[in-house]
Amino acid sequence: MSDTFILNGKETPYTPGQMILEAAKNGGIEIPTLCYLKGSTPTGACRICLVEVKGARSLMAACSTPVTPGMEVFTETALVHQARKLNVELLLSSGTHNCLVCEANGNCRLQDLAYFYKITDLRFEEKAASDIYPKEDQNPLIVRDFSRCILCGRCVQACNEVMVNRAISQGYRGKESKIVTGGDLPYHESECVFCGQCVEVCPVGALTEKKAKGLGRPWEIKKIRTTCPYCGVGCQQWLHVKDGKIVKVTAVEDAQPNQGRLCVKGRFAYDFIYSEERLKTPLIREANGEFREASWDEALDLVAEKFKEIIKKDGPDAIAGVSCARSINEDSYQMQKFFRAVIGTNNIDHCART
Amino acid sequence: MTVAGLAATFGSGAMTNSIDELEYTDLILATGTNTTENHPVIGMKVKRAVRQHGTKLIVIDPREIDLVKYADIWLRQKPGTDVAVFNGLMNVIIAEGLYDKEYVAGRTEGFEALKEVVAKYTPEAVEKISGVPAEDLKKAARLYAGAARASIIYAMGITQHTTGTDNVKSTANLAMLCGNVGIEGGGVNPLRGQNNVQGACDMGALPNVYPAYQPVANDDVRKKFEAAWKAALSAKPGLTLMEIMAAAGSGKVKALYVMGENPLLSDPDLQHVKKELQKLELMIVQDIFLTETAQMADVVLPACAFAEKEGTFTNTERRVQRVRKALEPPGEAKADWEIICGISGKMGYPMAYASAREICEEVRTVTPSYAGITYERLEKEGLQWPCPTVSHAGTKFLHKDKFSRGLGLFTALEHIPPNELPDQEYPFLLSTGRVLYHYHTGTMTTRARGPVERCPESLVEIHPEDAERLGIADGQKVKVTSRRGKVEAKAHITEKSAPGSIFMNFHFNEAPVNFLTNPALDPIGKIPEYKVCAVKLEAA
Repeated sequence: MSDTFILNGKETPYTPGQMILEAAKNGGIEIPTLCYLKGSTPTGACRICLVEVKGARSLMAACSTPVTPGMEVFTETALVHQARKLNVELLLSSGTHNCLVCEANGNCRLQDLAYFYKITDLRFEEKAASDIYPKEDQNPLIVRDFSRCILCGRCVQACNEVMVNRAISQGYRGKESKIVTGGDLPYHESECVFCGQCVEVCPVGALTEKKAKGLGRPWEIKKIRTTCPYCGVGCQQWLHVKDGKIVKVTAVEDAQPNQGRLCVKGRFAYDFIYSEERLKTPLIREANGEFREASWDEALDLVAEKFKEIIKKDGPDAIAGVSCARSINEDSYQMQKFFRAVIGTNNIDHCART
Repeated sequence: MTVAGLAATFGSGAMTNSIDELEYTDLILATGTNTTENHPVIGMKVKRAVRQHGTKLIVIDPREIDLVKYADIWLRQKPGTDVAVFNGLMNVIIAEGLYDKEYVAGRTEGFEALKEVVAKYTPEAVEKISGVPAEDLKKAARLYAGAARASIIYAMGITQHTTGTDNVKSTANLAMLCGNVGIEGGGVNPLRGQNNVQGACDMGALPNVYPAYQPVANDDVRKKFEAAWKAALSAKPGLTLMEIMAAAGSGKVKALYVMGENPLLSDPDLQHVKKELQKLELMIVQDIFLTETAQMADVVLPACAFAEKEGTFTNTERRVQRVRKALEPPGEAKADWEIICGISGKMGYPMAYASAREICEEVRTVTPSYAGITYERLEKEGLQWPCPTVSHAGTKFLHKDKFSRGLGLFTALEHIPPNELPDQEYPFLLSTGRVLYHYHTGTMTTRARGPVERCPESLVEIHPEDAERLGIADGQKVKVTSRRGKVEAKAHITEKSAPGSIFMNFHFNEAPVNFLTNPALDPIGKIPEYKVCAVKLEAA
């Protein structure tokens, strides 16, 4: 007999050891989640994925309850909806969730859930401003706004289990609870290596990219997938672009080789592109030693003429090329083809050795 | 480098296995790779393997890198003694009969010669050469040999030595001895330092080979390319980068065309490099910034950055992936290939391509390992070469059942000391490398907000014992001098490097460590010995 359980009245197969959330997903039923983070141990912290299990004394968290043979699970009952809604209402009271001034507006799981469960007013009083930890805005990359933090722990899971950087954890107790670094230091004085994975997985506006501030709202942004230009790992990333400018960079989920991860360079070191020092026109050195701007035609004519002259005078092996280990394959291919077929030499190398 | 070493032993110079396999293997041996700083996402997978999947980790590195915290065994060898350490590991494995006899007999050649040489490298002899305690070496050997699947990862700490090719071959020897090549979760895995260094090699931006490592000296191959490109081609292998620089200095090379590289910060013995480049009649530099090198050029051509063009990169695990245009380039900057085509056209050889895709289509026709790779197929996910046909799914790991060259070749190697070791006048050993927040010559990262604040300048890592003896305080300016030059930078007192050794990064032109480094080359791979040179150290 194969392993099955009853999902909303329908016999559904599952793999032993699977949690209800996953088994339901395979069976075509999406259970809403908030704190659940793929690739890490479920914590069951947010209670949004609650489901009814026949015979159980209370509602169960689907992310952390293993399926048992013949288990009867109901994902959409009135009781389930009521409980999920209540939990969203409690989360809304956990700080100051003012979408109007929040960087995460339009990209917020809590906002989505509040809308889905038709919450129109705050049932519980918001936490007093005096009870909220002050915003941390001291480093150049990541803003930590504790008034938006719902303590779901996704950032902690990402830091400890997905990236294994082990820089943050759940700290203090009760209403004092806070996500902390070792010694509760600000990020830039802690063990944090600024991979920004905590920002990537934050479902609300508690952790945001500082450089992205004010540059564009999620619905104004076009996402373009590309490959990171830094080390040889080749992480897949989304460039979030608005008006021809990169707003921020995030990782592509479920894609090799990084499976949703990026490091500090891949995520944050993109703004060299806009440096005022970028070269914008060809330059030719004058007799006085200074550069002057030139047109493409003039510059390329000069280069071609000089190459022809040197080939005639000293032969093709008097010319050498250094190709580039950062540019695209198509550029490298053209460069070596140019040296071999046009100049007539094999003097072409690149910095594989440095 | 890697290409030379692994091509000779296996027949293919690339990472044998895939990044994802690291997370699920039984043992990882990391040597000469500061993975968490230089390949952070692979570093995360290694740490995850250890923490969550019970993978064993052996670190062989002179520096106390972050991965040491996760290691079961850390062997701290003296820089430049890698061949001795690997011979020592194999000595123990052979002496204790722990090697994979069936694999060695069926899939390799050269074992007897290897056995004879490594017999001399007893743990006690290796301890004398490398400083690695004999008992630790034995433990590491037994641990590696005992793993069902073991993966070796390495980077520039292995290759940037005058014995770089030997070092690479040593890692291959160990892997083959225990039957770890050609299996999932195993292999010899060079972590390539730049986003497309694998691709640049694959595309034939090397002086001795066309795309897909087809030798220029081979008549049949050359005829094929002459037909494809409709041009007469030279049969004489060209000069390597370091040889090109020397030829510029001697006047043999008159013109240099540099695309996107910055030898005036990245090459060893910079003062000498500058003198060599000054002798050129013509220097053309194509880049996105007016780099140290571009400032010496006669003509500078403005190029596009990665986000401003379509194309492909090939990552360290041979995965060809798409690069997509998201932004317009500034001013009149153009894609490198467009500029090359422009020059070519003016020289009477039209290269008429409408797009990078058209170039990729041509690449497929002359590059057997890329023949099945099209932009359409890359739309969703990358493909790992070899991918010989459009219906081929790509290759996760190489050398399954058979090596590319037939039998795997053991190479019997002796330890050769580095070219320049500390002496009375220059008593410290200098190694160079990268730090997490920056990349190579810093042209990109030193212009990015965040990395600059996190790491604003070059630092000299000094062990507390040495600092105390020399009266150097943390943050104090120090002068580092070698036979070739001197630089000044702030001291960072840390136990990361062993006493007697210092470490500097090469990202900043304010403290160009390559004024100091030794241009001595590996005889085969022609790689400079960035990891070892002799210096003296004093408060500035």
